[in-house]
Amino acid sequence: MKPTAVTNLIRTLRFAHGEMTQADLAERIGVTRQTVIAIEQGKYSPSLELAFQIARAFGVPLDDVFQYPDSEEGSP
Amino acid sequence: MASEEKSAWIMLILAIAAVTTYLIWVLGLVGDAPLTEAPYVAPMLWTIGGSIVLSIVLHIFFAPKIGKKDQREREIHRFGEYNSYAFITIGALSAMVLAMFEFDHFWIANVIYLCFILSAIVGAIAKIVAYRTGLPRW
Repeated sequence: MKPTAVTNLIRTLRFAHGEMTQADLAERIGVTRQTVIAIEQGKYSPSLELAFQIARAFGVPLDDVFQYPDSEEGSP
Repeated sequence: MASEEKSAWIMLILAIAAVTTYLIWVLGLVGDAPLTEAPYVAPMLWTIGGSIVLSIVLHIFFAPKIGKKDQREREIHRFGEYNSYAFITIGALSAMVLAMFEFDHFWIANVIYLCFILSAIVGAIAKIVAYRTGLPRW
């Protein structure tokens, strides 16, 4: 089972923003690089506040960073 | 590997090492006598004290605290504690029941020790799994 159904475009956005490294992004949003990796790989779903911080770091709306599928198999 | 994950590995290894040392020590001392006559107090205190000291030393060298835990690390820490907490409760309740039925001190002390160890092992495994595969969806 995947830990989170939330998908993201952080990797794409990092490269679109001057090949920003995971360490750079981690420093901007105040988390460890491992946490950025976990979010990017879909292993960790960030809080709403952290999600907004990530979107702000790229200067884009939240929807451009995170997506949530319309219907999810097996959801209650 | 994150400092917090290293810390979970240290706790897991120490818990297993402590209980293994304790069992070998006590079973070596008891010989052919009944288990309840085993001189368990010194081995128990030494393995508890030794694992606390070793934990401090290993954390200083291999998993020093650098800055504050971030949101994910705090959530993983809580997840580990949540899983380990059940064993503390089971240990306390088991000891209470054993005391009520006037079991030997040996069993009361050992059931508490066993549950402390299980609590540490389960908590550490839960944290490691969460670091490796992510937190479960509730």
